[in-house]
Amino acid sequence: MSFNLDPKIPAGPLSEKWDKHKFEMKRVNPANKRKFTVIVVGTGLAGGSAAATLAELGYNVLSFCIQDTPRRAHSIAAQGGINGAKNYPNDGDSVRNLFYDTIKGGDYRSREANVYRLAQVSNNIIDQMVSQGVPFAREYGGYLDNRSFGGAQVSRTFYARGQTGQQLLLGAYSGMMKMVAKGKIKQFTRREMMDLVVVNGKARGIIVKNLITGELERYAADAVLLCTGGYGNVFYLSTNAQHSNVTAAWRCYKRGAGFANPCFTQIHPTCIPVHGDYQSKLTLMSESLRNDGRVWVPKKQGDTRKPAEIPEEERDYYLERIYPSFGNLAPRDVSSRQAKFRCDEGLGVGPTKQAVYLDFRDAIKRDGKEVIAARYGNLFEMYERITADNPYNTPMMIYPAVHYTMGGLWVDYNLQSTVPGLHVLGEANFSDHGANRLGASALMQGLADGYFVAPYTISNYLASTPLEKVTVDDNAFKDAEQAVKLQTAKLLGIKGSRTATDFHRALGHYMWDYVGMSRSEKGLKTALDGIRKLKEEFWSDLKLNGDTSNYNLELHRATRVADFIELGELMALDALERRESCGGHFREEYQTADNEAKRDDENFTHAAVWEYTGANSSPVRHKEELVFENVKLATRSYK
Amino acid sequence: MATTNNMTLNLKIWRQKDKTSEGKLVDYRVENVSPDMSFLEMIDVLNDQLVRKGEDTIAFDHDCREGICGMCSMMINGKAHGGFKNTTTCQVHMRLYKDGDTVVIEPFRAKAFPIVKDLTVDRSAIDKVMAAGGFITANTGNAPDANAMLIPKPVADEAMDAAACIGCGACVASCPNGSGMLFMGAKVSQLALLPQGQPESPKRALNMVYTHDTVGFGNCTTHAECEATCPKGISIEHIARMNREYLKAAFTYHEKNRSEGAG
Repeated sequence: MSFNLDPKIPAGPLSEKWDKHKFEMKRVNPANKRKFTVIVVGTGLAGGSAAATLAELGYNVLSFCIQDTPRRAHSIAAQGGINGAKNYPNDGDSVRNLFYDTIKGGDYRSREANVYRLAQVSNNIIDQMVSQGVPFAREYGGYLDNRSFGGAQVSRTFYARGQTGQQLLLGAYSGMMKMVAKGKIKQFTRREMMDLVVVNGKARGIIVKNLITGELERYAADAVLLCTGGYGNVFYLSTNAQHSNVTAAWRCYKRGAGFANPCFTQIHPTCIPVHGDYQSKLTLMSESLRNDGRVWVPKKQGDTRKPAEIPEEERDYYLERIYPSFGNLAPRDVSSRQAKFRCDEGLGVGPTKQAVYLDFRDAIKRDGKEVIAARYGNLFEMYERITADNPYNTPMMIYPAVHYTMGGLWVDYNLQSTVPGLHVLGEANFSDHGANRLGASALMQGLADGYFVAPYTISNYLASTPLEKVTVDDNAFKDAEQAVKLQTAKLLGIKGSRTATDFHRALGHYMWDYVGMSRSEKGLKTALDGIRKLKEEFWSDLKLNGDTSNYNLELHRATRVADFIELGELMALDALERRESCGGHFREEYQTADNEAKRDDENFTHAAVWEYTGANSSPVRHKEELVFENVKLATRSYK
Repeated sequence: MATTNNMTLNLKIWRQKDKTSEGKLVDYRVENVSPDMSFLEMIDVLNDQLVRKGEDTIAFDHDCREGICGMCSMMINGKAHGGFKNTTTCQVHMRLYKDGDTVVIEPFRAKAFPIVKDLTVDRSAIDKVMAAGGFITANTGNAPDANAMLIPKPVADEAMDAAACIGCGACVASCPNGSGMLFMGAKVSQLALLPQGQPESPKRALNMVYTHDTVGFGNCTTHAECEATCPKGISIEHIARMNREYLKAAFTYHEKNRSEGAG
């Protein structure tokens, strides 16, 4: 089988593509919309906004989420803000500027047309969210306030204290609830998608597990939207929520959806460092802190003095030193790598020496404690609750942690995967961030996809595709359900000695050590061997109690870990095959004299799209060549 | 890192197989608890031991583990989220306890929150109240420019104070009446403060209160336990504002079917 990787980018000048495409796409007349049913899996910013908007348009929406209510999807945890090219601060921002920053930030590994559209609709998102009552920060005149994020020299980030994601998600959720009340959205909570049902080559339904009863349920529809977020938890420790997982996306991959750039992982520079084996997650400290906080390490190795006792001339503010024009607001991949280099050089601080300082002393001196508290108070409190240190008095200790995955299911310009009818939105797709995502762009992309892109492209799909009647009694549903049952029985039948968490931790070690911030051919091969062995051990030595009934949380966990192990293998393979460094993908063999990522544009200006070919054969790597007509490929410089 | 300060705790945890079974407190002992652990990580350690012993793990709700998703719950020693100021259960750290402490852990208890299993409860009643009016009907595509409507900073800040609600239900679990007035008041108040929320304000107050009363929440008798326990520090002033909105609407707003729009 050969993959159709036509990105379906509309012809014409970059700035006119989306308008032209909107005009040319087919529409479903208002009276006919009620005849169509659309499944939306996930209720984060992408899924929530898509479900609400499709229901408003008149479609029947079936919405699924893993939590007990759609309002808890992990978009809620985004702290710092959302970008919009409004140019309210009059600092020269524009759609083109946001587009350019995002393409450059992604180290020229994303698709021009998608990114331009993202920048275009960014302004509509801000308007939409304000109209829904999102209480963005404002200035005394009543106008919206902005701040800066990494990789940009303008202030284009809108924010609601340190909880922008929460406020945006509650906005999308309230839109959903409005349509639930009107009967246009049927909401299913505590459900996990276990398989995609493909009938006659088109996505026509899903199999879900009711997490409480353990029963499998079948749902049929005319199209499926996958909005299930990223897969950072493959590293075991990440800033993701505990239930964020790859299973839904992975099952789609196995049903024929191409998986693009799985190795593109974002490691966020400012997180609270690891402190023990029992640890279940890492906590992010918002990038917005780098507006005022200064990152430094002692100049001397093994300096055990308290930070306050280290005089100015014995501190290395390394981001300001290396990147004078962006300083502490260098992009995430660059900042993370520099933190790792400092710790590798023996300059790390704290009990584990795997941390650097983020210091607010100078900002407090300049602006006063009250101003800093108004900006970051809740983050400072959170930090103190976790570490028992007070950042007003002593610098924060931070270290990079896995945060976001730029890779995901391949989609064309219409957000459709290689399986017709399966559309993928938000972090679950690969489309807009290339090899590195800029801060405050994830919220923007989720909402762009859900509010302003998918509603049009889904209508086009439904209006232009012959869709025969399909019910849940179709054989494809029976077969898919049977496959899930068999897998569950197999898991429960192993009766081994190691828990799902044991395996997940072991996988996490391989991923962090060899497929993390710094990768090499040797390390990736070690990871591949190790993960393959781990997979065998998992399927022969997993310890699992109970059965499918009675809310068996260990079973749910084991099912997810099984897929994470397979994904980990694909990530290592993808990282091995991409013989260049770009963005967050840093191959030690490919670096400049001053340790910056060295791209190979001649051979790797493409998205790598993996095709599943069966349990016992290797996946096939396809390419979507990326064509740059509007920006010149250049070495990224933040100096 | 402070391995030498590790503690042993005696836990009494509510175990209940499912919604209809009878539950009881079961004793557990957890050793080697690091003061740097979060409360939920301490329960992870216990669950890990249970899996290895072949026993069923303790079911509890959690997700983000950074105090924002509102999924974690639990009554810890009789207090929702443990009773620490502005702190959810996932952000409670074991350094707040002493070696040898006995800790009683129960689910949130309220008529509107039936138990699902062990410490997990069904809080879907909150969604029903939200569906009755906790929104501004601004369909996608309707919005004017974001700066077309100016909102004074103090008003926006107060709306944000109310909007900070994470929908965890601690207010309900702490209230002697099992009332949901604080989370509902926070939403009514947020939207009543903002100009965008005005057109639907009367209908919202009436419909949400009506639904609140019909899905099993009790009434407010101003004990203020909710405010004391709210992990986001939401003030009962928002209940007062909701009451004003409700009264105003009750006198001035007439519509044939009040519950129209309720889920």
